[in-house]
Amino acid sequence: MPVLRYEGRSYALQANESVLDALLRNGVRAAYSCKAGSCGSCLMRATEGVVPARAQAGLKDSWKVRGYFLACVCRPESDLTVTTVGPDVQLGATITALDLLSHNVMRVRLRCDAPLDFRAGQYITIVREGGLARSYSIASLPDESDLELHVRKIAGGKMSGWLHEVAKVGDRVSILGPSGECFYVPGKGDQPMLLVGTGTGLAPLYGILRDALRHGHHGPIHLFHGALHKNGLYLVEELRRLAEMHRHVAYTPTVLNGSESDGMAVGPIDQVVLKRFPKLNGWRGYICGDPALVQSLKKKLFLSGMASRDIYSDAFLPSAQTP
Amino acid sequence: MQPTTEQSLFEQLGGEAAVNAAVDIFYRKVLSDDRIKHFFDDVDMDVQIAKQKAFLTMAFGGPSNYTGKDLRTGHAHLMERGLNDSHVDAVIELLGESLRELNVPEHLIAKVAAIAESARADVLSR
Ligand SMILES: Cc1cc2nc3c(=O)[nH]c(=O)nc-3n(C[C@H](O)[C@H](O)[C@H](O)COP(=O)(O)OP(=O)(O)OC[C@H]3O[C@@H](n4cnc5c(N)ncnc54)[C@H](O)[C@@H]3O)c2cc1C
Ligand code: HEM
Repeated sequence: MPVLRYEGRSYALQANESVLDALLRNGVRAAYSCKAGSCGSCLMRATEGVVPARAQAGLKDSWKVRGYFLACVCRPESDLTVTTVGPDVQLGATITALDLLSHNVMRVRLRCDAPLDFRAGQYITIVREGGLARSYSIASLPDESDLELHVRKIAGGKMSGWLHEVAKVGDRVSILGPSGECFYVPGKGDQPMLLVGTGTGLAPLYGILRDALRHGHHGPIHLFHGALHKNGLYLVEELRRLAEMHRHVAYTPTVLNGSESDGMAVGPIDQVVLKRFPKLNGWRGYICGDPALVQSLKKKLFLSGMASRDIYSDAFLPSAQTP
Repeated sequence: MQPTTEQSLFEQLGGEAAVNAAVDIFYRKVLSDDRIKHFFDDVDMDVQIAKQKAFLTMAFGGPSNYTGKDLRTGHAHLMERGLNDSHVDAVIELLGESLRELNVPEHLIAKVAAIAESARADVLSR
């Protein structure tokens, strides 16, 4: 079995074990969140040995050549020496605003110490001391001065609880990223677009919608934002105004429980969407938020004719529990 | 294998572009077919699309690193859920229908079906 070297110690890797799992098994406090190779929290660097390609998928080329890899999906086939990443990949940021958008959604604005090269709809991972790391989608556009995140308060949630109840303007955090493939790709400006999200799934969609308009997208854009009750919707007035200003933009707030008033649709959001648009050949779709909804709606859009390569999504998976 | 100047089956079908053209058509049929769709219920679509491409590349006679053992272990959890000959028949049938929609000539469809057929024993762990 290959041997893993870290901070001067050697650990025998078990069959098919990831670098992250081996470190955690041996009591090393390593940072991680999604454990699926996407959030970037467990980024490490190899100083000796061969990193399997899978563990570098999606990383910048400049990072690959320097040996950066994701520990959660790195299953070495031969001996590997690794180190934690320094502050050169984490970016410092200052909280510049904290505003409640609804009873349980906080808009967090961050100013990064250096410009961050991102696309609206991608996500960053906020890291606090002690290795607590959570991903949040970017609702702002690159030319806006601050990053905008929408954070839903989760009962007992470590990061969301901190951002809602403890954090103050001026506090410092570190961020990793950006990551994610769910963003507006310019071209095909006349393609009809469907944007569907529940809860803070609106955050990336709010960014993607405005980014599409910024790029002059002129095909119809339909945004459906779903919540259990009316009080779970937010940015309603802003989105209504946006739809009024652009004739090709439509906004449909959707609630599971409530009455059809003020232009709101009522019912399960997937049914509302598919009843409105039963045929989706040639469309492009963005689906964000609740993982179960994202999974099932992707399949339904596909079966309604949307091409698999035109479906973009971000499932807001909860962070993985310790093994 | 004899060295040959003829195009391989994979090349005749159109290579990777053919896989990309067929995957949506084929996977939509699979997800809509009452005989087999339940095997594909609980898996993420992006992962499945990637695996369907692996399957199609193999059936099209393209470059593939899957061994018989891989196919056995890859379908073992489906055997526990009752995978049998009728499901393999259904997959081969849908594969043919998909290629017909893409106007692939019958003699090439027959070759694709034969490759899929040759994997039957491994897929069903026999
Ligand atoms: C790619 C990606 C993008 C994301 N974007 C956003 C975003 O834009 N806005 C946003 O608010 N969140 C987003 N999330 C979710 C976010 O990363 C955190 O998981 C979430 O804020 C909870 O973290 P926490 O530390 O507050 O809770 P934790 O301390 O991790 O969890 C506390 C408890 O709540 C449970 N729990 C965790 N998440 C949920 C949930 N969603 N529903 C119910 N129970 C839960 C946990 O199992 C645990 O028991 C995203 C996640 C991913 C993977
Ligand atoms: C006809 C011969 C068949 C061949 C050559 C074949 C080939 C493959 C290949 C190459 C993969 C990808 C494996 C991986 O990368 O993990 C795969 C996965 C899969 N196959 Fe098949 N397959 C066949 C028949 C079937 C049948 C009949 C069914 C069910 C009706 C089926 C259901 C699946 C499923 C559900 C997966 C994904 C498994 C997972 O996600 O773990 N296959 N197959």
